[in-house]
Amino acid sequence: MAQADVVAMLAAVGKNYGKLVALDAVDVNVHRGEVFALLGPNGAGKTTAISLLLGLLKPDAGVASLFGMPPETFAARRRIGSMLQTAGVPETLTIGELIELFRSYYPAPRTVADIVELAGVADLLNRRYGKLSGGQQRRAQFALALAGKAEILFLDEPTTGLDIEARETMWRTIRSLAREGCAIVLTTHYLEEAEALADRVSVLARGRIVASGSVQQMRARVAQRRIRCLSGLAETTVAAWPEVRSVERDGERIEIVTDAAEAVVRQLLFEDTNLSELEVRRAGLAEAFVEITKVAADAA
Amino acid sequence: MDAERRNTKDGSGQPRRPKVTTFIATLPRNNLTSYLLEAKYEFLRVLRTPAFAVPTLLFPPMFYLLFGLILNRDSANAAHYLFATYSVFGVMAPGLFGFGVGVSIERERGWLALKRIAPMPPGAYLLAKMAMAALFALIIYVVLAAMARFFGGVQLAAWQWLLLGAIAVFGVLPFCALGLLIGSRVNAAGAPAIVNFIYLPMAFLSGLWMPLSLLPKFFSQIAPLWPPYHLSQLALTTIGHGDGSPLLPHVILVVTFTAICFAVARRWLART
Repeated sequence: MAQADVVAMLAAVGKNYGKLVALDAVDVNVHRGEVFALLGPNGAGKTTAISLLLGLLKPDAGVASLFGMPPETFAARRRIGSMLQTAGVPETLTIGELIELFRSYYPAPRTVADIVELAGVADLLNRRYGKLSGGQQRRAQFALALAGKAEILFLDEPTTGLDIEARETMWRTIRSLAREGCAIVLTTHYLEEAEALADRVSVLARGRIVASGSVQQMRARVAQRRIRCLSGLAETTVAAWPEVRSVERDGERIEIVTDAAEAVVRQLLFEDTNLSELEVRRAGLAEAFVEITKVAADAA
Repeated sequence: MDAERRNTKDGSGQPRRPKVTTFIATLPRNNLTSYLLEAKYEFLRVLRTPAFAVPTLLFPPMFYLLFGLILNRDSANAAHYLFATYSVFGVMAPGLFGFGVGVSIERERGWLALKRIAPMPPGAYLLAKMAMAALFALIIYVVLAAMARFFGGVQLAAWQWLLLGAIAVFGVLPFCALGLLIGSRVNAAGAPAIVNFIYLPMAFLSGLWMPLSLLPKFFSQIAPLWPPYHLSQLALTTIGHGDGSPLLPHVILVVTFTAICFAVARRWLART
């Protein structure tokens, strides 16, 4: 991707809170039209990184920029929308009023009809923000993030508290926005979300980027495969095989985690001729993630 | 939509331009809409929170009724004198509480952070709050004036009523500034207590509840330390009860105090 395409950037950024090192030599590059997910365990520094990109905090080392400008610049802020975890929205205003207010901040805002449809807030327009449930408030915050037809959207744990339908709506909207050329910077604990949406992923652990790349590349870093089948073999027997990492039995089904799937499958088929419903699956992002952060923790 | 689209020339990448020009270049086409909407919604929010609005509006008239009219009903002078000082007392509240408590709550809840990220026109938030405080000040003054005229028998020339009204409404600004200073530092739970702790003693020490001449001399000597004292001298001189001190220093002190508080608060807020 061309360097000129980078719309949001952290370059060798460091941030300390007193003696605590929150971020250390962190590099983030978000390109136009890509969905970028920032993953990491609690306390890894995800919120700090987002705050730096948004100009809420200033880096102690390195540079944060949006569209090549400092993030606090008015011109930069007019091209972004954000949905934060600790978003304090006035409780006594209705969603329709909030949308009107936020739209007025932008020179070329999205139409009300578009915002309402994209965020799925048609039923909330006359309701006061303070009277909404957690999930409804998230949807309202999403609507406010969309108000300005932003070129970058910052979404901090956007689907927390949403039911399946609302989550699907938001995912659909995020995908269509990305197709239109909007960059999305996403933080999430919900790894299925990163798998479903992200073009690129960076993993933060203890203030450092420990892995970066596409979801496929992340998965490939972890060689684990999962084997499931219906088999009468005893778990202790299977667990004793050298390549097997773990075995779990659930009724008639056993699930084996291993790095050397082919060898284990050969052994299974040899030892149990009645074996059926054999499945071999690659690691999901969840496993890759646990593995990567564990390695980082051990190395630290 | 074409009317709303504007060429996005901004100040980035350019060599130093005068701050004013850069500022104006960043104003969006519908900037006025934003300011007006901000003010409209501040008004609506206050209206929808009667727990703040009603006591703030009722408290000064109640005080005046009790101390200015009922307790001192034999002294026509008292109703007169106290009308001026209670006007000052009354307009301190919307500034101190609206900003002191309001800003600290909004800061704690993350609303200020959201506005910092959003391209809200600079100053729209504060201007809207100040407009609200000024409106409250006006309402409080009018209620006090009505009570003074019809229950206290206070007689003033038209220009005196108007000038006092102007002093009252503009006089809310130093307390908006002081309230902002408190609100940008103190957490929401402590804010009401701290505001009261500053509000009530300062009002007393400025001679707003009873004339300083009735108190030991020491109080008159330290009175110039308190901003409400200066404001009340402006008000009292208008009705002929001033302590004879020249007016210009009072005005200068109040304006300087306001400017310093706003400047410091701005820096503190930028750091949150």
